Amino acid sequence: MLQTSQTASRRHAVVSETRHLLFTVTPGAAWIIVFLVLPSVYLMAVAFMTNGPYGLPQLPLSLNSFEQLAGVGFLGWSPGNLYTLLRSLWQTIVATGLVVLVAYPIAYYITTCRARWRPIMLLLVVVPSWTNQVIRTFGWMNLLAPGTPLSNLAEILGLISPNMGLYPSNFAVTLGLVYNFLPFMVLPLYAAFEKLDTAQVEAAQDLYAKPVRAFWNAVFPQTLPGLLAGVVLVAIPAFGMYVIPELLGGGKAMMLGNLVATQFSGGSNWPLGAAGAILMLIATFIGLFAMRRIGKRLGGGEEVVI
Amino acid sequence: MTDLTNTVNTADRAEVADTASRDRRGASSIRMQGLRKQFGRDSIALAGVDLDIKAGEFFTLLGPSGCGKTTLLRILAGLEEADDGQLTIGGKDVIDMPPHRRSVNTVFQSYALFPHLSVRDNLAFGLRMRGEPAAERNRKVAEVAEFIKLGPLVERRVDQLSGGQKQRIALARALVCEPDVLLLDEPLSALDAGLRGQLQVELQRLQKRLGMTFVFVTHDQDEAMVMSDRIAVLDSGIIQQVGTPSEVYEHPANAFVARFMGHDNLFAITASEDNWVDTGLGRLQLDPAEQRDTPDGWLLIRPETLELGGDVPADYNRLEGTVEERLYRGSRIEYRLTVNGHPLTAVAGNLGQRIHDVGDRVTIGICPEDLVRVAA
Repeated sequence: MLQTSQTASRRHAVVSETRHLLFTVTPGAAWIIVFLVLPSVYLMAVAFMTNGPYGLPQLPLSLNSFEQLAGVGFLGWSPGNLYTLLRSLWQTIVATGLVVLVAYPIAYYITTCRARWRPIMLLLVVVPSWTNQVIRTFGWMNLLAPGTPLSNLAEILGLISPNMGLYPSNFAVTLGLVYNFLPFMVLPLYAAFEKLDTAQVEAAQDLYAKPVRAFWNAVFPQTLPGLLAGVVLVAIPAFGMYVIPELLGGGKAMMLGNLVATQFSGGSNWPLGAAGAILMLIATFIGLFAMRRIGKRLGGGEEVVI
Repeated sequence: MTDLTNTVNTADRAEVADTASRDRRGASSIRMQGLRKQFGRDSIALAGVDLDIKAGEFFTLLGPSGCGKTTLLRILAGLEEADDGQLTIGGKDVIDMPPHRRSVNTVFQSYALFPHLSVRDNLAFGLRMRGEPAAERNRKVAEVAEFIKLGPLVERRVDQLSGGQKQRIALARALVCEPDVLLLDEPLSALDAGLRGQLQVELQRLQKRLGMTFVFVTHDQDEAMVMSDRIAVLDSGIIQQVGTPSEVYEHPANAFVARFMGHDNLFAITASEDNWVDTGLGRLQLDPAEQRDTPDGWLLIRPETLELGGDVPADYNRLEGTVEERLYRGSRIEYRLTVNGHPLTAVAGNLGQRIHDVGDRVTIGICPEDLVRVAA
């Protein structure tokens, strides 16, 4: 009798645990399936279909879109798409590098401020990103257009040809990317600096390290997890950026995101667009994987990136 | 076989002796003159410190928090700049020398170990920064790891260690550089009492063995007395007294030092005549050596010098008091008495003599030689 009731209560516990699990996991799982897995499957399927009238995908399945992406068309091979890919990579690397160079001193400076000023300074870094990205990018267009003070200054300094303006150009795209992604680097770096015990810097100096060596040997390695997290947060969205190259590049500085977007709108070639999106995904995964490897090597075997 | 062991042992011993003599040669004296330091407009950390520390001495800077002891240590390390004054270490003027050029290493209160490095790399840090070749570096690190009994810990990451282990590594990281002076900033304050007592003894032994100059900062007077050759007591940026532990404990220079060393029995002197003084307890006879012309200052009665109950010898001071409280501490018994309405603490070793009860009237015998006059 006793044993039966024990078994019953145990069964009851198992049932309630299962129900509990179901309640907690279902919403997240449903979200992922509906908004990530299904669209990804659909995208895959579209990429392997043939381009039909009005750019809509149709059967039979083929590798046409990937051939087109690689630059093979009616007129033989053209390097246009390859250039776009390389330009995307280059813009991402340059912009991320510049973001690091600008954000590192800012993050350090904020940690040296008095405790009550720090949240305000962080807020100042973040607040611009509360405005719509398109509006801010239009702002840059106005600042960099031909005839504006900045463009005139660049002209006087001989940096650009007369009447060309700083916008539209690759430079404007880079500037826009750096401006846009700065907060994503400052915040993780700030968190890394905040955790740093200043006594360690003193310990390094006490142990015969000159100031520069104290920085590279005691400070920098400890901010590396924050730095790498920031690189991931900046580089991945920058690589797929659409708005900034569209507006500030003036059609001359197309990135992969623009190529994909065009195929789904004006260009009207959904399979090609899907293939481009898959290429972006693959490139992103390769980048992430590389960052993890680097992070692991530099972080002394510890997982420092995602 | 026996021969071989003997040879090895002799070689070992020779090496140890060699290490010791090398270190002893490195020990440096420290001379501070008129060191001043002010933070902000009205916070004076050091108000002119003159201090000589001998080579190979275990010297302790003792004082309450905010007395300037840590600032003084940081000036020795070069981590803080003095506003004014002279500082020489081993006869060399170092006042303008940056920390990385001073042959001084510090054991920090928070240990300040590098969390991104293994224990081995932490230990090798100073040698690497100083540019010693890898072979030399590895040998010294292995030696110090052996010396401080770290064993297999050297491969670990710092965050996998206990407080006591971190403390050892912070010490080893400083020692491996064989500095002229080792600075220790309350290195034991984060440890529990048992480990702390054990490390106090170990540190003192280590210092004697290496013959290195140690400057130790603490706010714990017991710790200071157990470990030090000499102690400097600081308060509000001023050195109150410098002396051996017994000098500072038994003959405090002023009331602050007396209180800080744990003395409660201080009584204002209201009048004095020859070697007699009047206090709240009554009229007491002092040793003629303690005779002063002026009636100022305090009379210090050390609780362990009081003799309770029994016969009081003729040449002793005799008081009568009531037991208000009795604290049984095992090896000793502490009595809180009142004498003429004034509280007086007495401590008796637990030697199996009669234990007085609360409310008992007891006679108190005080040898005149045990009474000390203390400046205000």
